[in-house]
Amino acid sequence: MNAHRSEKIAFGLLFAATVVVVAAVLFILGVLIKNGIGAITWEFLTTAPRDGMRAGGIFPAIVGTFYLILGTVVFAVPLGIFAAIYLNEYAADNMLTRLIRLAIINLAGVPSVVYGLFGLGLFVIFLRFGTSILSGALTLSIMNLPIVITATREALSSVPQSFREVSLALGATKWQTIRHVVLPNAIPGILTGVILEVGRAGGETAPILFTVAAFSLPFLPHSIFDQCMALPTHLFAISTEVPNVSLSVRYGTALTLIGVVLFFNLFSIIIRMRLRRRRQW
Amino acid sequence: MRKQTVGQRAWEFLVEKFIFVSGISAIIIVILIFLFLLKEGLGIFKTVGPLQFLGSTAWHPTSKPPDFGILALILGSLAVTVGAAILAVPFGVATAIYIAEVAPPRLRDWLKVIIELIAVIPSVVTGFIGMVVIAPFVAKLFNLQTGLTAFSASIMLALMATPTIVSIAEDAITSVPRSYKEAALALGATHWQAIYRVIVRAAAPGIFAAVMLGIGRVIGETMAVMMITGNSVRIPYTLLQPVRTLTATIAAEMGEAIRGSPHYAALFAIGIVLFVITFTVNFLADLLLHRAEARRQ
Repeated sequence: MNAHRSEKIAFGLLFAATVVVVAAVLFILGVLIKNGIGAITWEFLTTAPRDGMRAGGIFPAIVGTFYLILGTVVFAVPLGIFAAIYLNEYAADNMLTRLIRLAIINLAGVPSVVYGLFGLGLFVIFLRFGTSILSGALTLSIMNLPIVITATREALSSVPQSFREVSLALGATKWQTIRHVVLPNAIPGILTGVILEVGRAGGETAPILFTVAAFSLPFLPHSIFDQCMALPTHLFAISTEVPNVSLSVRYGTALTLIGVVLFFNLFSIIIRMRLRRRRQW
Repeated sequence: MRKQTVGQRAWEFLVEKFIFVSGISAIIIVILIFLFLLKEGLGIFKTVGPLQFLGSTAWHPTSKPPDFGILALILGSLAVTVGAAILAVPFGVATAIYIAEVAPPRLRDWLKVIIELIAVIPSVVTGFIGMVVIAPFVAKLFNLQTGLTAFSASIMLALMATPTIVSIAEDAITSVPRSYKEAALALGATHWQAIYRVIVRAAAPGIFAAVMLGIGRVIGETMAVMMITGNSVRIPYTLLQPVRTLTATIAAEMGEAIRGSPHYAALFAIGIVLFVITFTVNFLADLLLHRAEARRQ
């Protein structure tokens, strides 16, 4: 009897803790939507900031974020996929593989601002790319490499071993097997990782603070060696550095940013769900 | 025919070499990060000794002569981290147990999606909400002049650490063999008794690793911390005062530091300290997870 009562109390507490966490998320999203939705107009999304960023829109920041995302995909995705192929298809269970694993885990844990320092030291200064879209995209790529590797590896390892054996038995080489049998079957899973990475790259601030960010740049960048604005750094600037920006402009920017990030994530969740349903093996 | 095979072999050889280089890229990058931090950061020790750098609380990088002591910053990071851990660990672990053991399957899937959503919110947005919603609330609640305090930051950081803690702890709990639970239930234990006497204990290393990884995230968090802590360099005596963390110092001052100056080197040296801390935390957490896995087999 007593044991059952304490079980009830315990489960009640566990449930309450879960409710608090869920409520906190919904509260944040709710606050953003309620206060931000009014600011989002066609003009807000398609014009440049005016009045020292206190009025006008956020178009250059949206474009900048788009370029950075694109750059990150170009660099991180091929490298991440090949790294995952090595780990899943080639690597033996030895010291080197353990070291790679440790390196990936460590990369995933390095603070974002340290990536910013690294990008500044390597790309901006040492390789002389300057404060530019290129430097920022490379920095974000390195930061997001672990996500692509981990997701791709998971996707590759879920392709049944028998698929590989059949292909090898038919006389295909190892690379042919990977290229024509393993990869096509892993694509949806890889895509999930790529999209997750895109969402994260779009929302990062600290790594691009000293590698790309232009405080205010009312025109659009012309090449990958130009600086650009980005949504997260813009939100940071109008929240802390520029005084007297109306709350609604700030909420509008925050809502746009989270809209972009959520869009990519929901997309990836949907793909993953479909994939689970469709898988036949 | 034969020629083609040779070409194919050469191609295969090249591709495999390329795959190998990609495979070890993670190691190369970690080494590069560390080398570049050292290259730009070690110069600070020409200006101050390592003991003074780590042990002095005077951080006046732009005064003449400048002071580069980061103890107050370390303590600032520690304060927000401890505050966040006090909030995030009980809520995170409880949520993980609820999702893994108690929640009905349909609810479980929804809860997981919602908790993943937290991980998706960019830290600058979390910081923004902390600034405009949480800080004024904290100021009112405790009757403070400013709500930009270690405590306000701890609340938001706790939220940011929660998804890491929940997902890894939940993994640890669900991977406890079913037979453990069944044995406990067969001996007449209630479900709750089975959970806290058997399952949670068996999953303890994994849960501990989850907590460490969550804390690792908090130590490295930059934007939210910079926007909510109030950024004043002081030794924190209570959580209800403004503090400055290691990460926020780098992000806030790198823009104005002159390349090659001692100030610039000092910020990279802070990067070294952060790198070493997070490396250690992640390494230990991985060791724990590895050991838990090995023990299960």
